[in-house]
Amino acid sequence: MKFGVVVFPGSNCDRDMQDALADDLNLDVSMLWHKDKDLSRFNTEDCIILPGGFSFGDYLRCGAIARFSPMMQSVVEFANAGGKVLGVCNGFQVLCESALLPGALLRNENQQFVCKNVFIKDQEDNLFKIPVAHGEGRYYADETTLNELEANDQVIFRYCDENGKITASANPNGALRNIAGICNKNRNVFGMMPHPERACSEVLGNTDGRAIIKNLLLAEQLVIQ
Amino acid sequence: MEVTVKTARQLRLTEQEFELITQKLGRTPNFNELCAFSAMWSEHCSYKNSIKWLKTLPREGGRMLVKAGEENAGLMDIGDGLGVVFKIESHNHPSAIEPFQGAATGVGGIHRDIFTMGARPIAALNSLRFGNLEEDKTQHLLSGVVHGIGHYGNCFGVPTVGGEIYFDQCYHTNPLVNAMSVGIVKAGETVSAIASGKGNPVMFVGSATGKDGIGGASFASADITAESTQDLPAVQVGDPFQEKKLLEACLEVIQTGAVVGMQDMGAAGIICSTAEMSAKGEAGMRIDLDKVPARQSNMKAWELLLSESQERMLLVAEKGREDEVQKVFDKWDLPCSMIGEVTDDGILNFYMHGELEASLPAHELVLGGGAPQYDREYREPAYFAEIKKFDPSKIEVPGNFKIIAEQIIRLPSIASKRWIYTQYDSMVGTVNSSTNLPSDAAIVRVKGTTKGIAVTTDCNSRYVYADPYKGAMIAVSEAARNIVCSGGQPVGVTNCLNFGNPYDPEVYYQFVQAVKGMGEACLKFDTPVTGGNVSFYNQNPDGPVYPTPTIGMVGLLENIDHKMTLGYRSEGDLLYVLGEMTNDINCSEYLHKICGVAFSPAPHFDLDDEHKLQQKTLELISQNMILSAHDVSEGGLFVTLCESGFNCELGFSVITNNSCRKDAWLFGEGQSRILVSVELEKVSEFENALGDLPFEKIGVVTTGEMVIDGDFWGTIDWWKEEYDTAIENYLAKEQAGSALISI
Repeated sequence: MKFGVVVFPGSNCDRDMQDALADDLNLDVSMLWHKDKDLSRFNTEDCIILPGGFSFGDYLRCGAIARFSPMMQSVVEFANAGGKVLGVCNGFQVLCESALLPGALLRNENQQFVCKNVFIKDQEDNLFKIPVAHGEGRYYADETTLNELEANDQVIFRYCDENGKITASANPNGALRNIAGICNKNRNVFGMMPHPERACSEVLGNTDGRAIIKNLLLAEQLVIQ
Repeated sequence: MEVTVKTARQLRLTEQEFELITQKLGRTPNFNELCAFSAMWSEHCSYKNSIKWLKTLPREGGRMLVKAGEENAGLMDIGDGLGVVFKIESHNHPSAIEPFQGAATGVGGIHRDIFTMGARPIAALNSLRFGNLEEDKTQHLLSGVVHGIGHYGNCFGVPTVGGEIYFDQCYHTNPLVNAMSVGIVKAGETVSAIASGKGNPVMFVGSATGKDGIGGASFASADITAESTQDLPAVQVGDPFQEKKLLEACLEVIQTGAVVGMQDMGAAGIICSTAEMSAKGEAGMRIDLDKVPARQSNMKAWELLLSESQERMLLVAEKGREDEVQKVFDKWDLPCSMIGEVTDDGILNFYMHGELEASLPAHELVLGGGAPQYDREYREPAYFAEIKKFDPSKIEVPGNFKIIAEQIIRLPSIASKRWIYTQYDSMVGTVNSSTNLPSDAAIVRVKGTTKGIAVTTDCNSRYVYADPYKGAMIAVSEAARNIVCSGGQPVGVTNCLNFGNPYDPEVYYQFVQAVKGMGEACLKFDTPVTGGNVSFYNQNPDGPVYPTPTIGMVGLLENIDHKMTLGYRSEGDLLYVLGEMTNDINCSEYLHKICGVAFSPAPHFDLDDEHKLQQKTLELISQNMILSAHDVSEGGLFVTLCESGFNCELGFSVITNNSCRKDAWLFGEGQSRILVSVELEKVSEFENALGDLPFEKIGVVTTGEMVIDGDFWGTIDWWKEEYDTAIENYLAKEQAGSALISI
């Protein structure tokens, strides 16, 4: 399985993702320049990652300009063909702008950028300590969409406290229903605000991100309920 | 336009300086030329009132790879073919007027100094000073500055890993915003800020030039008054996205090998970069100012020369290899224009549409060349008499220590800075090992090696005010102590010398004494001063700020796995204070903020004792004798004991010592003390290893209870909550206000 990390101008977690995948998880990873289009060396078993950062300076709206880059046209085709795509933080915003995922990421409720460790849990109640770092991470969608996401088990991560309880005070940005990450209906496109690549190295004192990446992208069969 | 002494005065040059310029040129300068001298001979660029004393600092030796002041930042060898590049710089004056942009461009400027040398910035720190947090003005400045630092640093993608903030009335009008950047470079890939090779093209890269920041350097070289807001155009506007592209493009263009020299355009813009690069290479330049991409039409020559528009670089390439350079900047969608060429006559000739607008000998403009150097008069400040009068025996030892401790833990200078640092991305780059396991200094890893870099900024300016010589020694010592407590070996210093008006002899006395103290301490710790910045004129009609010589220090850990952390490990571990417990409340937060004593001498300090303490601590760490180390600083031992428990939710039970006042034992800030915890099984081995170092066994780590002399003081969680929320509670009013505005 191969990984490709897209580099937009203003991406600043691209190298972190590369280092986590290559050095900490021993995976095959290469970088993809936003002006290129060629994804022919990737097949649907592979995964394209849209990293965190401030693509195009977050001008206009987070992710709004990146979706028009040549590489994103190929990423949309790749996703529609069933290839795995993961967007982290700014990458999640790009996926929403590209309509590969529903909803939008709005300005944090308290109007401030927030960087700290939070806790999230997945659909199987596995608990992870994981960093967030964003100014626009408040997941928003209309009620119908939210209900549909829940009905289809598309909410893959929710903010919770250290005991796994989903509470308002454990929500760092005011995301609706404490949503930290979602996937599409076909379960091949994933978006999340927290940064698993920042929690993969022992020297940083937190390796919870490894399990997140493994469970999401490396599992033989994705959990379908 | 006729240029006279009056014009010179308006440009903040003195009559004597105007005469000197006329003499050097052999003619009266025209307006453009006079503007160039005004900027280049400003304190900010020329160090004319400070260089004499700065030269007395230890500025070579150790691991230094370039001499202090020779390049944009200090460069030191860390082995494995790598160097660490670092510098601290002030952006006080712009931040006082426009806190958001002032702080943001301060961050942008310091990172440019690092990557202009070919290094990739990996960590940022900042040292901030504000007035009383209860005042609206302070809250406005604080939120603007924090927002600005976050806005720029977060987008640029370098983690803010450390820093310090103090609140004191003396900074009410003149806040201090000092930003530090640390980068890593491979040996042989550094780039010098030099112009050489006749005929080599001079290229201008990055943002277009506008009228922002014109006269910024000379603006920063004057006191702040009620009229200063009229200088608003002297404040620059930052674009971190542009700078991120500039960083990647500059590091990439260096790989082509076609770059002769490069310098960022910061203070005094084009005139400064052309003059400094040319003077260094003993070259000149012919520049066509009309080829500089401008943000607006009809900009005049002097405006183009002086503009401090951000995110711009001046680059000299090898002739014939322009295309290779151009290609890289095209890839990053950055404008790159040929604006002139290097000449060999040492003269900077600036043309506009073929007309010669200014002709200046590069050497005469720069520090170390023609820029004047002054001896300033100094005398002992009158307030020293007040300090000498202080008699601690007149301060009654209080009856209820717990109530005082609660007040101390909530003091803004002591309480958690959580509200501030959570607005900074502290983890981007995946190098910050202190997020989950904090130490006194931040420890960042050097990827691809086992090494760690320890970084810290320190300066308790009240100590410096009380005794500039001793206070500056303490600032250096505390920085070194923080690095040592983290398991690092201190290697070098960058300094940011924030003072009042140098023409005031009492201010200048503070400056001279502080530089002397700093020099002595840097010699003792073998940490040469690699560079930095002087910021005078932090003064307003009410007077100067406390003398604030901020120390940025870098240390090295050969193996990051051997780092030492500040938190307790387990219940039952023994607590020791290394160093002498002194009967001293001088200059403490307790004395100043709780007892309300404005004047008292600097706390107890002895440089030799400090050095011994640090050497011994490093030994103990390398012998695995201690489990945690945290130095005693503001708020005294009580605050140190709490902080070591906060991130691990463990408490402590301690017995105070009758040989000193209980308030001194708990809250005194006598220097050269470190709180360590030791495993029970290792106690005798540990005590033997201490040799003749003074120490005191004070107690034991608990599961969360805080017990002092047998009295139960509550649990660590309760104190942590008070500590964490204190600043947020001060700001609650402000936040409610800004939320309304945004609706």
